Amino acid sequence: MIDLLREIVAGLFLFAGAFFLIAGAIGMNRMPDLFTRMHAASVGDTLGVSLMLIGMVFLAGFTLVTVKLFFLLAFLLFMGPVASHALAAAALQAGVKPLLAHEGKAKAKSAEGVKKAAARKPAARGKTPASKGRRP
Amino acid sequence: MIAAALLAVLVAMALVVVRALRGPSTFDRLLAANSIGNSAILVLALFGFLTDRPEFLDLGLTYALLNYVGVFAVLKFFRHGSLGAEAEADKT
Repeated sequence: MIDLLREIVAGLFLFAGAFFLIAGAIGMNRMPDLFTRMHAASVGDTLGVSLMLIGMVFLAGFTLVTVKLFFLLAFLLFMGPVASHALAAAALQAGVKPLLAHEGKAKAKSAEGVKKAAARKPAARGKTPASKGRRP
Repeated sequence: MIAAALLAVLVAMALVVVRALRGPSTFDRLLAANSIGNSAILVLALFGFLTDRPEFLDLGLTYALLNYVGVFAVLKFFRHGSLGAEAEADKT
């Protein structure tokens, strides 16, 4: 009975960890610049990894394995923010600028909307000439 | 259960590898490498549980230590253009 309960709790923790890991990985692919990508990666690196390690603690019970898992957890929680800070500081010093909101919109428009804009331009010009002047 | 978790970690790792290959700047690749290292620790630990061989956890601990040392070394290299050997030589 207690073993079954332990396995269920461990499974829930592992499932939650897997969810956060995959969410972080998808975020790393979809975010537009380095600093937002770091934000997405920190989800997987803290929540995902620690939830999975806690799930494995439930699987292991009171053994030496648990002690090692807690060492691993403490080390990851200690070094993750330090590495993130060092990475952000190095990127800023190397001249990587954070993407601002209006820049992001313009960039997204120019990057993904090239085909759409090419198709839209003649029609839009005919309909509203004022919209052309607003474009930077 | 453990196999499913292992599969999920591998899927997340594959997605991060895509970012590491696509990443426009070096720092994107470095961020992805750090994430891949964290996932690799999880893969080692879960594989140890899957095959009932807890020795894999020691490998995971070692990998965590080496991963962070490696990331800091690469960061320092890109920040100063060297690993700081000249500064040490000047001091003595």
